[in-house]
Amino acid sequence: MSLWLTLLGMGLVTYAIRLSLILLIGRIELPLIVQRALRFVPPAVLAAIIVPALLLPAGTLDISLGNARLIAGLCAALVAWRTRNILVTIVVGLAVLWGLQAVIG
Amino acid sequence: MSSPRSEFLAGLRAEAPILLGVIPFGLIYGVLAVGAGLPRDVALFMSSIVFAGSSQFIGAQLFRDNAPALVIILTTFVVNLRHMLYSASLAPHTQHLRPGWKWLLAYLLTDEAYAVTITRYNEPDPSPHKHWFFLGAGLALWTSWQTSTALGVFLGAQIPESWSLDFTLALTFIAIVIPALKDRAAVASALSAGLVAVLATSLPLRLGLIVAALTGIVVGLVVEAQSPSADHQ
Repeated sequence: MSLWLTLLGMGLVTYAIRLSLILLIGRIELPLIVQRALRFVPPAVLAAIIVPALLLPAGTLDISLGNARLIAGLCAALVAWRTRNILVTIVVGLAVLWGLQAVIG
Repeated sequence: MSSPRSEFLAGLRAEAPILLGVIPFGLIYGVLAVGAGLPRDVALFMSSIVFAGSSQFIGAQLFRDNAPALVIILTTFVVNLRHMLYSASLAPHTQHLRPGWKWLLAYLLTDEAYAVTITRYNEPDPSPHKHWFFLGAGLALWTSWQTSTALGVFLGAQIPESWSLDFTLALTFIAIVIPALKDRAAVASALSAGLVAVLATSLPLRLGLIVAALTGIVVGLVVEAQSPSADHQ
C-alpha cells in the first residue's frame, strides 16, 4: 500500500512541476531570483547525473583510458557539441562503448 | 499551410529519431525496476503515473536501497525540477489554449518532447496549430515509453547486461545538456554540479545528487552575477 502512495507522491510532484507555469502563467509572478535560478537547473541536474555515470562506472573513481564509459561519454559530448543531434549522439556513444568493450574486454 | 493533422504528424516525425534512445532506456528501466524488487504492476504503472525516465530509474534504485518514501519523493522532485524550466518556456506559447489542452500537454512534457516542441514553437511561422505538434511528439514518446518499459518488466533477465543499455540515459542527457551550455555561467553550473556529484557520491540515498544540483544552481547564479553584462551589482 505504502509503495503505491510513494508512487502517487512521485507522480504528483512531477506533474505539478510540469503543469506549474503552463497553468499559472499570468496569475503568479515568480520572484526574479527563482527565474534566474531556473535556467541553471537543467545543466546542474543533468551534470549531476552524467558525470558520476562516466567517472564512477563501477562505483569507484576511474579516470583512466581504460574507462570505456568515460571515453564513450566524451566522444558523445563532442558529437553533441558539433551536431546537436540527439540520435547521432546516442548512436555514436553506444558504438564507441561497444567497440571499446570489445577491445578492452 | 498547416492543419492540426499536419502538425500532429510533424510532431510524430520529429520525435521518431529520439525514440531510438528512449526505447533501450525503457527496456533497461523495466529490467532494473523488477530487479530492484518492485512488484511488476508497480514498476509498470510508474511509467504512466510518473512518466519521467531518469526519476523512475533513480527511484527504483532508491527503493532497492530501502530509502524512505519521503526521500524517494524529494529526489524525484529534484531530478524532475528541470521540467519547471520547460513549463516556463512553453507557457507563453500555450497560454491561449483551453485548460483541457494545458492539463494534457503538461502531462506529456518530457525532455525529449520539449526539445522538439520548443524548436517548433520558435520557428517564425504563425501557425495556430502548433500545440498539435506538441501532442504528436508527446504521444509518440508516451507510447514508446509505455511499450518499452512493459517489455523490460516482462522480458526481465533476457536482456544481457553486457549490452550496457543503461548507458543510453547518460548519452541522452549528454545530448540534451551540451546545447544548453550556452555561456560561462551554465558551464560553471554543470562543472561544479558534476564535481560535487562525484565527491558526494558516498552520501547515502543519493543525497549527493541533491547537494550537487543545489551547488550547481548557486554557482551558476554567482558566475552570472559577476559577468560584465550583469545589470545589478
